[in-house]
Amino acid sequence: MTVMDDSLRELYQEVILDHSRHPRNFGALAAATHRGEGYNPLCGDRVKVYLHVGGAGRIDDVSFEGKGCAISQASASLMTEMIKGRTVSESQVLMSGFLHLAKGDATTGLEGEDRERLDVMAGVSAFPMRVKCATLAWHTMRSALEEGGISAHAK
Amino acid sequence: MNLQLMSKSRETFDVRSVRSEFEILAREVYGKPLAYLDSAASAQKPRAVLAAMSQFASNEYANVHRGVHYLSAKATERYEAARETLRRFVNAAHSNEIVFTRSGTEAINLVASSYLAARIQAGDEIVLTTMEHHSNIVPWHFLRERQGAILKWVDVDEDGALDADAIDAAITAQTKLVAVAHMSNVLGTVSPLREIVRRAHAKGVPVLADGCQGAVHEIVDVQNLDVDFYVLTGHKLYGPTGIGALYAKHAHLNAMRPFNGGGEMIAEVAREKVTYAEPPARFEAGTPPIIEAVGLGKAVDWLSSLDRQAVAEHEQRLLTHATAEIERFGWARIIGRAPGKGTILSFEAEGMHAHDIATILDREGVAVRAGHHCAQPLMERFGAASTTRASFALYNTHSEVEAMIAALHKVRRILG
Repeated sequence: MTVMDDSLRELYQEVILDHSRHPRNFGALAAATHRGEGYNPLCGDRVKVYLHVGGAGRIDDVSFEGKGCAISQASASLMTEMIKGRTVSESQVLMSGFLHLAKGDATTGLEGEDRERLDVMAGVSAFPMRVKCATLAWHTMRSALEEGGISAHAK
Repeated sequence: MNLQLMSKSRETFDVRSVRSEFEILAREVYGKPLAYLDSAASAQKPRAVLAAMSQFASNEYANVHRGVHYLSAKATERYEAARETLRRFVNAAHSNEIVFTRSGTEAINLVASSYLAARIQAGDEIVLTTMEHHSNIVPWHFLRERQGAILKWVDVDEDGALDADAIDAAITAQTKLVAVAHMSNVLGTVSPLREIVRRAHAKGVPVLADGCQGAVHEIVDVQNLDVDFYVLTGHKLYGPTGIGALYAKHAHLNAMRPFNGGGEMIAEVAREKVTYAEPPARFEAGTPPIIEAVGLGKAVDWLSSLDRQAVAEHEQRLLTHATAEIERFGWARIIGRAPGKGTILSFEAEGMHAHDIATILDREGVAVRAGHHCAQPLMERFGAASTTRASFALYNTHSEVEAMIAALHKVRRILG
């Protein structure tokens, strides 16, 4: 019986495996107002993020598509759950906190329930080669919001 | 497996004594013994190579082909001796057919830029295979982008085998070069290189072989192969990083324009004109990787001092062992089953991503490669986003194979 490495247990905890096996908000979003595509040239993983931004800059709906490792899939799935219903600027604040968390920074700016829910991803900071897997969907969400307006693309 | 054969070649190849040459293999990672199964990415270096480089740098180092002083002469002698060693290693006819480069990648770029760019026009074709490493793809894409060349892709079959007939069929009157890996870094497939060259030459087309993997495991005889260009890299050949070599037939080198411009590659420089040195100096602008050349020479000498047939048999036994175990899983698909393949084992695992697998293996001390292996067209061909790859070198052991298999069971327990 081998004792499982603590950092591995921390990385591949049940919540993460559950999100990666059963990703939430998975698939394209026909009514999206914004979309972005992220690519990690290191491993060839791709992720697409679709957002519907409604009145008052609120993200009414969000989804993602992609194939990748458990970390990237779980992070994307968790992200869609957490930003649905938030405003664009709230999502950007959340993202900045998540990036600090993934890098293992002492201060993340995340508080309360946000901190608790995202804490399942904190284990990735012990795996420097894997941090990019965790942040891929979040960077893609940001680029979708900043440059991925679909009407803008049509012009 | 033939046990008599096993015990016989074990007499001529003692893996324990070989391992003692590699200090790094005795270290632990995360408190576990290291099982280094990533030599196809880069091989570890024996003490003899490190010592030769250190001894040279400490006692005999100076710039080459420059000074008249004692050390410059000594360093030049060592540098040129390394060239002669490489000549012998690939059995080239003359040492002036060996050009030292910074890497295998640079050697292919040299051929693209100094040979093919001057001979290719819009609509001309370059034949290559789907199993090429990006370093034997992107330089040809440059010629597509800049000069309108057409890349013609020859596919491998389901097992990853490459058929010389398929190459032959792809060659037309417009074909200016066939570029093919001697051994695939993902599939382990060994190309029927001699046959490919024979077919291509029958149509007047030269062949470049990327030997970065092949030169490590196969005995290379460029005269027998009759290949026009053969590329190798130092760091996979148990030598240092920062050096590679290009073998090219003298007639080609002689007709090729320079690559980089600078010192050493000239005959004469005036204000209005410049004339170039003879090969190989013409292609070695600037101060070359001198210490690395000495190291590569030593690596090749060291490898050649072993019974290479026994080495190959040892590596094949490791591959057979690992392949059999992975097949027993029932949840892994091996990609690359060509007959006579080299010691590379790539696989995909059901519902588990290669990066997660490699991360867990890593914590068990097992170093493997995960990803697209710089061979994206091949990944696409096999419908795999990424694979896990174990590669076996002369210093690997059956207990390392077992460590990997045990770690893979653990992967399945965590992720499966």
